[in-house]
Amino acid sequence: MAYNKKDFLDLKTLTADEIQYIIDSAQKMKYILLSNKSCLTPHLRGKTVATLFSEGSSRSKLSYELAAQNLSAKVISLETNQQFMKGESLKDVGKYIDQIGADFIVMRHPIAGSSHYLAKYVNASIINAGDGQNENPSQSLIDLLTILEIKQKFEGLKVVMIGDIMHNRVARSNIWALKKLGVNVNIVAPPTLIPRGIESTGVNIYTTVADAVIDADVIMTLRMQENRQKGYLIPSINEYKKLYKLDEQRLGYAKDDVIVMHPGPINRGIEISSEVIDGKSSLVDKQQVNGVAVRMAIFHLLNRSGGGLNIERKTFN
Amino acid sequence: MEEGLILNVKLLIKNGTIYTHNKTIYNQDILIEADRIVKIDANIPDDNYEVIDATDLYIIPGLIDMHCHIQDPGFDYKETIYTAGQSALYGGFTTITCNPDLEPCIDNKAIVEFLVSKTRKDCAVHVAPYGSLTQKCKGERIAEIGEMQLAGIAAVSDGDIAIQDAYVMKNLFQYCSMFGMPIITHCEETSLSNDNIINEGAISTYLGISGAPISAETIHVMRNLLLAEEFNAKLHITHVSTAKSVELIRSFKRQGMKVTCETSPHYFTLNEEAAMGYNTMVKVNPPLRTEADVAAIIKGLQDGVIDTISSDHRPDTIDSKDTEFDLASYGISSFETAFSVAYTYLVVAGYLTLEQLVEKMSYKPSRILTLNKGVVNVGAIADLMIFNPTEDYLVNAKEFKSKARYSPYDGMALNGLIKYTIVDGKKNVIHD
Repeated sequence: MAYNKKDFLDLKTLTADEIQYIIDSAQKMKYILLSNKSCLTPHLRGKTVATLFSEGSSRSKLSYELAAQNLSAKVISLETNQQFMKGESLKDVGKYIDQIGADFIVMRHPIAGSSHYLAKYVNASIINAGDGQNENPSQSLIDLLTILEIKQKFEGLKVVMIGDIMHNRVARSNIWALKKLGVNVNIVAPPTLIPRGIESTGVNIYTTVADAVIDADVIMTLRMQENRQKGYLIPSINEYKKLYKLDEQRLGYAKDDVIVMHPGPINRGIEISSEVIDGKSSLVDKQQVNGVAVRMAIFHLLNRSGGGLNIERKTFN
Repeated sequence: MEEGLILNVKLLIKNGTIYTHNKTIYNQDILIEADRIVKIDANIPDDNYEVIDATDLYIIPGLIDMHCHIQDPGFDYKETIYTAGQSALYGGFTTITCNPDLEPCIDNKAIVEFLVSKTRKDCAVHVAPYGSLTQKCKGERIAEIGEMQLAGIAAVSDGDIAIQDAYVMKNLFQYCSMFGMPIITHCEETSLSNDNIINEGAISTYLGISGAPISAETIHVMRNLLLAEEFNAKLHITHVSTAKSVELIRSFKRQGMKVTCETSPHYFTLNEEAAMGYNTMVKVNPPLRTEADVAAIIKGLQDGVIDTISSDHRPDTIDSKDTEFDLASYGISSFETAFSVAYTYLVVAGYLTLEQLVEKMSYKPSRILTLNKGVVNVGAIADLMIFNPTEDYLVNAKEFKSKARYSPYDGMALNGLIKYTIVDGKKNVIHD
């Protein structure tokens, strides 16, 4: 088994084996990290990682940059909140970053498919760190790694996602991946926040939390981001809390060993109650540790599969 | 035009098969003198005429396009009147129209007069201009439609901009009833489409792109049907894309309403899956729909609910397509593929007869716009298209005459190679 792609763009086009392979690799990286935190590994020595974030990010970018540095790569970064980067096209900015010698471009962009688009034009490996409402595949792998560490398997698990699936690209990546891995996925949200046709992925759709979480092994609560929504898709946060907040009582329908996850940042008391966040089932804080490991694994695998061969290719041109 | 020169031209088309909307005549010769057909007969003796040998070729009335964008004036970096004319000519069209959503908007007599004289000079084919329904196509105040009619518009439309206010639409239907011209409407409830760029459903969810529901189109179809029925307006609904729209129009037609409608080649050949991989080439408005919609469009063409097929030629720069999906322009460079795509996917595929296709791409558009074309008769203007029904070819968008040299059909094998387009009796060799 190997990961044989130039880029890392989404999970929906990967096979279950490929996803599993990246997770395995991430586990090894985590072992390295935990056993020898102060020491750099040489996997990306001489390589350059560029981060191109056209959309705000607090944690992901840090995590990518640390992962790259742990692997001995040089890190350069361009952050712009403007979609159009002073009128210059994504293609031109991306090609520039490629030309100055980046081997990896980690990009986040507000438009779905933008990383797929840029990948066609650059030699560097593109890593999608979130594109519009489409996917955030590495963030999803962090969730998957966490689930695997605790449940030791995917097959046959029941995973429930509560909240704004429509505007949450991590949730969408999770759906694609979990279905490939043989997981039963229930999604529960106000119908205005459920993307149309999502049932074609094989997920079960619910509108009441209590029904959806019966016998759940894993519950993922999603951040309620009203600012991402066009128009008013729910009447009020108040009503949303009443109908969809995960609290102790609703959690009671799940299995005893259920784990509760949240990709953060959390709105305490809106999508999830404080008791649940701080309760025994919660993995909210522990999840973050896996982020660096997953990203190290992605860099490493892309590097090995022939991505990140930018410098060599250029000398042939 | 230089009438004196034209008078001397005599063109003889030998031994072709003539297809019109209601008849087929084998092995006929057509004699053209100046801009008119003067004789149709078996074996007209060659008296030193210029001759086209049409053996094994089909002769049909020149195509008439009811929905296209020539982008000039205002957007001549996308297309000019000249390149649009060349592109149309190479696509077998002898008459095209011109949507008014240009810069300046075609919303007054002066700009219509300008367009008429400019197109006569620069455009290789006839142009029947459309005037706007509302001033600056803003969907508010009625444009000076009566003045524009005197200046020569063939119909009124706000192009690809749908009038959102039902009261404005009602007033337009009422007001226009005195002109007898068709009112052409693009149907889109923008509060539903809301800049969402593909069909809402499994594909939009797969791609992570927000989609527009089918009702963004059908609500306007229904509204316009109801208003036009109540106020006795001559409504023509442009580029119909959904099964539901076809069904609605069918039911109104069955009740005797004189509504007409049209679709475009991409709506009966491509479905929403064509957008997979963020393929901006198929980003069109209205968006491509499902396979079931495609089947319903074909059914509507077969049973006559859909009256005409327009190219929906909407050229733009390649840069506007080579970008992120959300930012990409709408539209297909369609003049040069419309006929072959329709011929291949409708006639060769067995859904329509060639007579029916001629009806939808020439005769009916002429009737709706009252152009008195779309026929092959003695005395008629010699606007003809001659193609080879058995010759396949590969679409090569790089060779388009349009400025927009891209196409979702690029590289595809199509039937029905266009050999000649004859405009006003003047021969244009398209493919030797």
